[in-house]
Amino acid sequence: MKSSVIIFPGSNCDRDMDVALKKFGFKNTMVWHNDLSIPKSDLIVLPGGFSYGDYLRCGSIASKSKIIKSVIDFANSGGLVLGICNGFQILTETGLLPGILQQNKYLNFICKNVFVKIKNKKNKYFKGIKKDILELHIAHNEGNFFCTKNELKILEDNDQIAVTYCNSEGLENEENNPNGAIKNIAGIFNKNNNVLGMMPHPERMIDQYLSGEDGSLFFENLLGNLR
Amino acid sequence: MKFKVIVTLKNGVLDPQGKAIQQTLNGMSFSNIEEIRQGKFFEITVNENNEAKAKEQVDEMCKKLLANLVIEDYKII
Repeated sequence: MKSSVIIFPGSNCDRDMDVALKKFGFKNTMVWHNDLSIPKSDLIVLPGGFSYGDYLRCGSIASKSKIIKSVIDFANSGGLVLGICNGFQILTETGLLPGILQQNKYLNFICKNVFVKIKNKKNKYFKGIKKDILELHIAHNEGNFFCTKNELKILEDNDQIAVTYCNSEGLENEENNPNGAIKNIAGIFNKNNNVLGMMPHPERMIDQYLSGEDGSLFFENLLGNLR
Repeated sequence: MKFKVIVTLKNGVLDPQGKAIQQTLNGMSFSNIEEIRQGKFFEITVNENNEAKAKEQVDEMCKKLLANLVIEDYKII
């Protein structure tokens, strides 16, 4: 299976993602933001970081970059596009995903492990995954997901909510909501479930000694579903 | 031709920065502040003599990039 990771100036999780994808058997290519095309891929990843210094709004400049048209075309033709953290912010700014990631409610940069509950397994990303609750890492200043009431209703009606913040038992409440995101939302799908944006970093949880391996579970499962 | 654009958060959208600024000002004994909302200000110089046309362009810039209409409103002045 082939994957491509897009590098924007200011991306800083691109290499972690590269390591993770290769570890689980993807043949990965790094693609520069000024390129116009992406090599044939089964998965495109927009990595975390601070693309273009987070100027104007997080992800807004990247959403108008040269490479992005190819990403949008790929997504619209049904290709899998995964946006992590800043990648999620970019996806909302392109309009591939609804809503926006606002500044965290309590104005702090959050860097810690959290638990998220998988809300929809009828897709390539989570189909058949052995756990319902994953321990993943978050590191962001703007992860407070917001959308209009109307958009939220559409997200809920179409089962587009992918993961929500919770505790280790799966309890989704204010106490387990690190950034003030509406309905504890940590990640969402587009209508066809081929585009996934989420704040937590699975690529940071792929080593049993350094972190935990719920990220491994995610990548192994994804690769299995693509084969 | 010069334009000024002000981008503000829509009513009802949480503005934690505005709130933090307000609390700081309250602490500096400006106690009668009801609310502070923070926004963004742009000065745009357009190479165009036709005012209506230039304004239309700036309007498009606001819609496509300068403001995110999910949470923000803009005003061209």
